[in-house]
Amino acid sequence: MAASRARFLTSAGAALGAAALPRAVMGQIVALPIENGSRPLVAFPQKRALILLTPRPPQLETPMAVFDDGVFTPNDAFFVRWHLAGIPQSVDATTHRINVTGAVQRPLSLSLDELAAMPTVEIAAVNQCSGNSRGLFSPRVAGGQWSNGAMGNARWTGVRLRDILDRAGLAATAKQVQFNGLETPVLSMTPDFKKSLDVDVARGDDVIVAYLMNGAPMPLLNGYPVRLIVPGWYATYWVKMLSDITVLDHVDDNFWMKTAYRIPDTPHANVAPGSTGYPTVPINKMDVRSFITNVADGATLRPEPVVLRGIAFDGGSGIRRVEISTDGGGTWRDAALEQDYGRYSFRRWNARWDAERGAYRLAVRATANDGSTQPATPIWNPSGYMLNTIETYEVTVA
Amino acid sequence: MTKTLVAATVLGLAGVAAGTALAAGPPAPKGAVSISLPGDAGFSFKPGPGVEAAQRYCLTCHSSAYVSTQPLMTQAQWTAEVTKMRAVYGAPIPDDQIAPIAGYLTAAYGKS
Repeated sequence: MAASRARFLTSAGAALGAAALPRAVMGQIVALPIENGSRPLVAFPQKRALILLTPRPPQLETPMAVFDDGVFTPNDAFFVRWHLAGIPQSVDATTHRINVTGAVQRPLSLSLDELAAMPTVEIAAVNQCSGNSRGLFSPRVAGGQWSNGAMGNARWTGVRLRDILDRAGLAATAKQVQFNGLETPVLSMTPDFKKSLDVDVARGDDVIVAYLMNGAPMPLLNGYPVRLIVPGWYATYWVKMLSDITVLDHVDDNFWMKTAYRIPDTPHANVAPGSTGYPTVPINKMDVRSFITNVADGATLRPEPVVLRGIAFDGGSGIRRVEISTDGGGTWRDAALEQDYGRYSFRRWNARWDAERGAYRLAVRATANDGSTQPATPIWNPSGYMLNTIETYEVTVA
Repeated sequence: MTKTLVAATVLGLAGVAAGTALAAGPPAPKGAVSISLPGDAGFSFKPGPGVEAAQRYCLTCHSSAYVSTQPLMTQAQWTAEVTKMRAVYGAPIPDDQIAPIAGYLTAAYGKS
């Protein structure tokens, strides 16, 4: 599937009412390779111009070319996804508190200074929306129609959640840990956005409450002043503007855990379109993916040697191999892996290709340390989660 | 150095050892960050029969871009979406407005 195709058109307008958009982006439209795929490029506060999916609540996608610039995604280019339109537009880090309550021995109300005074760790980790690439499902499914840019990689600095939980002291009855942020629904009937992790996951070495993103305070739209980081797991758990940590003595039955963000409990979360009756589980670890970042689908290249570049990542075992193909997956050869920033990070790779005149179908396939790799045939599920098909790119060398 | 002293002072009462304070990380962010979101950024529903109901009940919680970026859906699919907005997210859509809204969405953004 031509997943990375994004043609930048220069004509103003299309069906988007571009005249009413902020001046800075007049006429800048990205055409994603899907039905109703026209998107304006819009610069939101603290952000460069990104692919606008929806303005309210804000959902902004990172153009694939950004991932070619470096292994870490700049804060001003990092994708944005909110569920509910009640987003505080002013947040004071000085007065912000993280309240730890529920099944604990000593409830806490931590300021950020108190948090930063605890031992801190820095972890490079990919943050990817559960629905990244949903727009590329076939047959199509309803939901946020992302292309491949609802992901990013950053260095996150913060305090281990485990240390915070230990300071509060978990009660013997503790089963899950629930997270809530300052985002609120417009209507009181709409379920507030809360996410939960099993205690053993929450107490993992790498789950942190982060107050820095790439060494700087995070943009408000990425969760200023503090958010949860769950390396290897989908972004739905990375609660932004984290304000409440509630230890539960039961499995969370709130809508966002019990009903939403669930995947078929089948291999690769794959089911036949239209099927019903299969068991589901809350979405959790990311599956392995890889992309070419310096050649777009539909590109024309010169007949000369080129270094193909890209990224690969998985749910935390790390990338052990990346292969490329110039014949659509008929034959493969190894790409060179670049610097390792840890098992949760993007891993950059490169592969020289002596491009000769002709038409080619490039493909890239990653294999993780846990042995998992990418399928040639797309998966399907009704919520559009976990797509990780081998990406292909039609190119002409002339 | 200033940072370490502040951290030690704050945590002194909490009984955290000096070593922990020394292991503290970079300073936390301070102060307020304020932004101004652009609302619907110029997106609005296409005109057509039923658009008023769609404006009244859909735009409470989200911009029209949530609709206009969906794949072309049938009336049955749009009806399912509108029903879900009421059942799951609590949109106060009266029974007699479900069909007109779904009809509008199908005509304006769907397929037959």
